[in-house]
Amino acid sequence: MIEIKSLVKIYDDGDNAGVRAVNDISFTVEEGRFYTLLGPSGCGKTTTLRCIAGLEKANGGEILVAGKKVFSALDGTFVPAYRRPIGMVFQSYAIWPHMTVFENVAFPLRVGKERISSADVQKKVKTALAQVELDGYGERMATQLSGGQQQRLALARALVREPQVLLLDEPLSNLDAKLRERMRFELRELQRRLRITTLYVTHDQIEALSMSNVIAVMNSGVIVQEGAPRDIYLQPKTKFVANFIGSTNQMTGQVTKLVGNGTATVRTDDGEISCSILDGLTSGSRVVVVVRPESINLHQQQPSVGSNVIAGKIGAAMFLGEYVDCTIELGKNVLQTHQRYTLQVRRGDSVWVELPAGECMALPAEQ
Amino acid sequence: MATAAIPRTGKVSMSLDPALLVPLVGAGILVYLAVLPLLMLFVGSFQAEVAPREFVYTLKNYQAAYASEYTYSTFLNSLIFASGSAGLTFILGTMLAWLTERTNTPLRSLFVPLAVVPLILPGVLESIAWIFLLSPKFGYLNVWLMNLFGLKSPPFNVFSLPGMIWVHSVGQVPLAFLLMVAAFKSMDPSLEESAMMSGANTWQTFRRVTLRLLMPTAGSVLLILFVRTLESFETPALIGIPARIYVYTSEIYLAFNEYPPDYGRGGALAVGLLLLSAVGVWMYTRATKEGKKFQTVTGKAFRPRQFDLGSWRWVGFGFLSGYFLFVVLLPFLVLFWASFLPFFATPSLDALNKLSLDNYRYLGTFRPFWEALKNSILLATLTATVAMTLTSLVAWIVYKSRLPGAWILDFLAFVPITIPGIVMGMSLILLYVAFPIPIYGTIWVLLIAYVTRFIPYGMRSASGSILQIHSELEEAASASGASWWETFKRVTLPLLRPGLVAGWIYICIVSFREFSTSVLLATGDSRVLSILLFTMFEQGQVTVVAAIGVLMIATLLSIVAVFYKLTGKVGIQT
Repeated sequence: MIEIKSLVKIYDDGDNAGVRAVNDISFTVEEGRFYTLLGPSGCGKTTTLRCIAGLEKANGGEILVAGKKVFSALDGTFVPAYRRPIGMVFQSYAIWPHMTVFENVAFPLRVGKERISSADVQKKVKTALAQVELDGYGERMATQLSGGQQQRLALARALVREPQVLLLDEPLSNLDAKLRERMRFELRELQRRLRITTLYVTHDQIEALSMSNVIAVMNSGVIVQEGAPRDIYLQPKTKFVANFIGSTNQMTGQVTKLVGNGTATVRTDDGEISCSILDGLTSGSRVVVVVRPESINLHQQQPSVGSNVIAGKIGAAMFLGEYVDCTIELGKNVLQTHQRYTLQVRRGDSVWVELPAGECMALPAEQ
Repeated sequence: MATAAIPRTGKVSMSLDPALLVPLVGAGILVYLAVLPLLMLFVGSFQAEVAPREFVYTLKNYQAAYASEYTYSTFLNSLIFASGSAGLTFILGTMLAWLTERTNTPLRSLFVPLAVVPLILPGVLESIAWIFLLSPKFGYLNVWLMNLFGLKSPPFNVFSLPGMIWVHSVGQVPLAFLLMVAAFKSMDPSLEESAMMSGANTWQTFRRVTLRLLMPTAGSVLLILFVRTLESFETPALIGIPARIYVYTSEIYLAFNEYPPDYGRGGALAVGLLLLSAVGVWMYTRATKEGKKFQTVTGKAFRPRQFDLGSWRWVGFGFLSGYFLFVVLLPFLVLFWASFLPFFATPSLDALNKLSLDNYRYLGTFRPFWEALKNSILLATLTATVAMTLTSLVAWIVYKSRLPGAWILDFLAFVPITIPGIVMGMSLILLYVAFPIPIYGTIWVLLIAYVTRFIPYGMRSASGSILQIHSELEEAASASGASWWETFKRVTLPLLRPGLVAGWIYICIVSFREFSTSVLLATGDSRVLSILLFTMFEQGQVTVVAAIGVLMIATLLSIVAVFYKLTGKVGIQT
């Protein structure tokens, strides 16, 4: 378990104020869960991870790892990185080029405080390498491994000490697309099997959505939304989250009526839309209605029933194999939608879009 | 796209195709410059003149060179001088690099440019300045320390092996510093961080990861320092010869300065030095290639990781300040001070009254000074121009023409890096004394020598900038309808210019301070500044020498100022 309380990290930038890379964030990674910090570069996610690892010293707050206080600004606690029960995989893998695969994995066992007999080292390294399917590679020089193998080696090295917590700093970003997809799967399987508390840092939404139990979206040093992947994707609470995760359509408007049960009617330039609404917004609020391209239903004949139906024209239609990417020109807004590959339309065709009320979300217009 | 940008001639014909002619001419020039002198040296080392212009082949030269009563002491001196200097230079350079790059020593970023300053001081002046400071008879530091502590004898004697090692080392420190800074910079800090995350404490991390990763670099830096010291002649000439401590380079010089000059023995000695240097360079090249295997995948730019030295950082600060005051600044100050004196004297109120501009006034009408200045400037600019033109042509052929065998040109242009300055001088003497081209004793033979020696430097700038230009940039110009010439003029040349200018200025600087080749080739009218300094210092006109030195430094500083302005970075080539 990792507990972060009011963590602050300020980088000296020569000015007296400094840059608040991490600005008072708190979160908890429950035992055995896969928790992801997701955000654009410079949002403070890596800094947070490095503070937990002990590679950076935070300026404020408290960090507990496996119930033990490893950092506290209040009483000055700072457990050095090498005394924390943590395994870490770096973005560059940080495989030591002067050691063999075996030596790389054995290193954490050999430098640790407790002495481990060489027979035990052998056994543990073997298990760790088997875990990542690198058995039989022990005697190779680490640099002779391919990118994906180096990645797994880094993982084996992080796990061999049986740490309480695993930290992963964008471990997949140096792999090519195909391999990344496979490693995503393998990493998730390994984590679920070992049930190790894992904190993952990435800027890739697919990685975050596919692997995590919980995602925290970060921006400018703060967590803007925390939740299960499905909730983050389907119920973004801010324009930033809606934009950062997946592609999204936006229509500005004004709330005309709160219906209750978290739904409302919003007047947009292209007519009234009923949709879900974020708590705290009132009638008259300026809002942005967001809707995912794949949520939109497209009709070539005007549907007789259904709400939120708006007439429009096809602006462009691109056949992408898996789906057809259509741009639809409404009166004022332009929507993007993904339709089944069977759809056959042409530029200028009249169409009707149906926006399912449950998948439209009204968010505050200003962040 | 396999289109070389060489103008097409329509058909392939071996004899007339200009696309083949240009590389062949290039190869011819390189062979003439780099290979022919070495061949002459080799042949000459096996020849003896039995009657005027009549030679026989013999092994006598090698016997005289390597089996004399001095062989052993020369060998030992060279070994101690080279390994001592390499060791000391490495330690100082690494300390400076580590303190400024990897620790939180106060004001460390200020020290980075300061550490490179000694590069500006020509080796001859470095030696002269330290003689002013550490001479047992009149050295300032000795006099001061004797007065301060009431010592009966001078604490330092620069005319000794340790003295030579010290003087040569402090001149080489910037090189070691820059190489080690590069090593520290290119090290992925996450390699150390992952050791800490594996449970290794600071000391274990340093010993088992940092040190091990630096080892290949450290080895090759030590090697290059060793070879460069072995090849150097400034300190052996100005300090070694008066102290009767002879090394390889001074033996070669002395064989030449005997009457009659013993070219055969000099040649045999030079062949030995050349081989040593070639082996060194070969090992260095191999080591740095091996080093590439040590690279791992790297992600984002490295976040510098700094060691917190705690209160020890003030010790580091003390070391840095001490180094800059006593090792960097003092030699400049002592030359500056001495240049205003009528004769050498320790700084005092009495001496203060004697300060005058007399030395500079004297130089105003001193013809040899103006001759030497003219020669030095002419040679520096000519060498830079010729070398850069030649090397950009060669680099273009090597990297862009896709001609089979282009690597031969690359190799030929690399050969001179193995030729020690004094060996270059010796070879050219043997070549042009025997050859019927009457350039021996003129500045033209110096031009040939300089161009040859600095071709590798030119190659590095030229190939660096040529490799930067992706062929697609030129192909895009062709695709836009530009002719070969238009492409060259509007795309290639503007992109090459910064690199070529940097190379030009760098060669200008090294030519201007050149000493070890010139010492054998520059005579009478073809004397250059460094040689004038040397002869006048030997004749005892030390304060005039200091004045020349100050003017020389001023000239070099202005070239460097231009260099900075144009390139905006510190850079040297080895």
